[in-house]
Amino acid sequence: VNVAIARAASRWAAIRLDLSSPVLVGVSAALAMLVVLPMAWLVYFSFRDRAGGFTLANFVALATDPVFLDPLVTTLVLALSSSAICCLVAAPMGWLVARTDMPLRATVRALVTASFVTPPFLGAIAWELLAAPNSGLLNQAYRAVTGAEPDDYLFNIYSLPGLVFVISCYTFPYVFVLVANALDRIPGDLEDASAILGASAWTTARRVTVPLAMPAVLAGALVAFLQAMTLFGSPAILALPAGFHTMTTKIWSLFQYPPKLELAAAASLPLLVVTVLLLRGEACLLGRRGYSVVGGRQGRPRPVRLGRWRWAALATAFLVLLNPVFLPYGALVNAAFSRVASQFIWFDNFTFANLHFVFVELSATGLAFRNTLILCTSAATIGTVMALVIAYATSRQTVAWHRALAFLATAPMAVPGIVLGVGLFLAYTRPPFVLYGTLWILLIAFVTIALPAAYQQVQAAFRAVNPNLEEASRILGATRMGTLSRIVAPLLRSSVIAAWCFIFIGVIRELSAAIMLFTSDTKVLSVLIFDLNESGDLGAIAVIGLIVLAVTFAVVMLINRIAGVGGARLR
Amino acid sequence: MRETKISRRAALKAAGGAAAAVFASPLRAAAPEPSAITPALIAAARREGKVAFYTSIDLPVSERIGKAFEAKFPGIAVRVERTGAERIFQRIGQEYASNIHAVDVVNSSDAAHFIAWKRDGLLAPFVPEDVVSHIPAEHRDPDGMFADFRASLSVIGYNTKLVKAEDAPKSFADLLDRKWAGKIVKGHPGFSGTILTATYEMVRDIGWSYFEQLARQRVMQVQAASDPPKKLALGERAIMADGQEYVLYQVKDSGGPVEPVYPVEGSPMISSPNAIFKAAPNPNAARLFQCFCFSAECQQLAVNFGGMRSFHDQVAERSGRRPLRDIKLMKEDAAAVEQMSEEIRAHYTKIFRV
Repeated sequence: VNVAIARAASRWAAIRLDLSSPVLVGVSAALAMLVVLPMAWLVYFSFRDRAGGFTLANFVALATDPVFLDPLVTTLVLALSSSAICCLVAAPMGWLVARTDMPLRATVRALVTASFVTPPFLGAIAWELLAAPNSGLLNQAYRAVTGAEPDDYLFNIYSLPGLVFVISCYTFPYVFVLVANALDRIPGDLEDASAILGASAWTTARRVTVPLAMPAVLAGALVAFLQAMTLFGSPAILALPAGFHTMTTKIWSLFQYPPKLELAAAASLPLLVVTVLLLRGEACLLGRRGYSVVGGRQGRPRPVRLGRWRWAALATAFLVLLNPVFLPYGALVNAAFSRVASQFIWFDNFTFANLHFVFVELSATGLAFRNTLILCTSAATIGTVMALVIAYATSRQTVAWHRALAFLATAPMAVPGIVLGVGLFLAYTRPPFVLYGTLWILLIAFVTIALPAAYQQVQAAFRAVNPNLEEASRILGATRMGTLSRIVAPLLRSSVIAAWCFIFIGVIRELSAAIMLFTSDTKVLSVLIFDLNESGDLGAIAVIGLIVLAVTFAVVMLINRIAGVGGARLR
Repeated sequence: MRETKISRRAALKAAGGAAAAVFASPLRAAAPEPSAITPALIAAARREGKVAFYTSIDLPVSERIGKAFEAKFPGIAVRVERTGAERIFQRIGQEYASNIHAVDVVNSSDAAHFIAWKRDGLLAPFVPEDVVSHIPAEHRDPDGMFADFRASLSVIGYNTKLVKAEDAPKSFADLLDRKWAGKIVKGHPGFSGTILTATYEMVRDIGWSYFEQLARQRVMQVQAASDPPKKLALGERAIMADGQEYVLYQVKDSGGPVEPVYPVEGSPMISSPNAIFKAAPNPNAARLFQCFCFSAECQQLAVNFGGMRSFHDQVAERSGRRPLRDIKLMKEDAAAVEQMSEEIRAHYTKIFRV
């Protein structure tokens, strides 16, 4: 069978190359420019001294100066622990939702989506409200209940474990989505076959379900690691008060006046190298096996009966979801309507002053909302189209450089947004492309940053669609376009819609590149929130944050609705 | 610009001498004639319809000033771009390096920035009438490029629910007591011009050793100078080692349990000038806004609503506020801050690790 598929694929590639090459060449060139240009600037600058001459001094400083070594170690610890926590929490949850009869599975999925779309910096600020050692609502409640001393606290969010916790809260959905989607796609027949052949439930899980889900778990661990490593907002909000730096905040601090771009470029290269190695590792792990599970014949997965553990499972899921969703949202609502953000709302301190401030007094509100919406929609549309074309090219190997293309599409994940921001800044502040000060530069940044997630989403879908479906259509006389629109498109629809949402939400969440690339005329909501956080205007942040969340949820629901009964859901 | 500066210095040196007459006329020529708010200016400003105000003034206050301007001159929208003074400096530098001229009027709590902007020839000479007649000469640029819009103090503060008045620190030295370990919040000179200026004055007057010892107190480090008072109000920390006096008063006015302490070593004083950029996209609106900023009306608003200190001689200090003359102040020196800011930030980062 494998030989047949390979032969079919190569024949396919031969047909495709001549017709679709202009599009593919165009997209490849655009992608190369998006990714390679800023990276080239990055590498160039990392070998320069301030006068512009060649030097290795930046790397020497990086390898010897504790000012850089400490954040490097901190970042690795942070990324590893976040990734581990995410997998431990999200993989079982994904299984519960996809393969068991746990009640309220759809609700749990929706709540995970909620934590997924929550901007991490907003979550970090909300957790400041909850778990700052003295003013945190949870710590106040703890003291009130136990009668502990005024300085005693249960949680201290301004710490490395605190930061790991908050990052995990908003990174675990990546793992969850990947695992749950993979489990959804595993046909029930495989497990049934295993059961019929006499294997126990445990053996079936060990020999069939887990191996089939493993690629998704590994991919999830990788994404979680990279997310945690390159995240900027949460560390900027929590690590500074705690008195330590991560690599991203360190790099950011190097852009303070007078900017040390060379050091910043050098400091970002280790992140790049780690990511490249990880992506290579993933390719080695997954590359040898075939995971095409959507074939012509498919059995509905048979849910595992949890029996009396159903409710315990649900309770556990809700306990997990308390952290990214219920508690932070509650804290934001509290801060939005309380006169003092650290006081529980009561009759004597209920206020609409924050609403009034945001909508009547704050002059940046309208502009930031408009810019954000424009950028979200355009970046999502452009990015999805690019992801689709690239995923098609790489999964069907239609062009000779498909490996390079796949690498380029995932490479932006390796570049901290802030560094990409600087690369773009350097690239697009001089002729022939003077884009700084316009929304275009932000659009480029957002498409570049969002592309890996969108690409992986679409590409995973392509990988799961067995080419023999397309072959069958072609053999029966359908044209290529007919095959694409009648066979491939319907199978990919949910993934494409999901990719659009990924980007839309990714853009609302994006802060690190925006903070480098915005001007006062092109301010976006994330930057506005970050500026407000700088001066501690928590009430205003809460109001804007809640609106951001409302808009995001509206988009998610709208798209689920448009997708209709086809099973297309943002998962 | 450099020429002008040298001639001014020479003029001062020769004051009273025969040379004064020779230098006096270029000196007078450098500062433009004072300008009043005229119907023509208002009409021209209205045609532009908007003005961008980059400032480090705490957001509720700066937006209130913008709204007061909009109420007085309908049809001209003020967009406030607020962030820490050091980030404003970076932002404007970044924009100007790319030929983006978005800023009309700037207010920065780091007076050293105006020395740099003036030297680079970025500022437009413009002197509102109020500046000449009501702002003391030592608080305005002789060449008419900028004038002090406000003054603020960086003070110690405490949360009265967490600290009894008799236990409250009286001096910076008191903050080094072990009992305050883990209870202090402070601003960061990498973001805040107020904190940078204050850090310079304190390093000069009481030395780096104070900061080295303070760093051992497990200080909670925030960015803006207006944040420490808010952290006190939340009850997150009991003491602030530095931060805006005026924000502390705003918190207090709204019923927050906070109290300022004017340290015995002296309170760092920070004057924040206003200036118009030469390449301002809305030059007339900028002039009108600058005139408004220095009017007794706006200055009184800054004092009454904002709780800031004004140099305008018609503006009354707020009752219940300790007058400036009764506070021991640390002296300002913008030129020295300009020389040393990089060194201060670097050393500070080394000490506090962020």
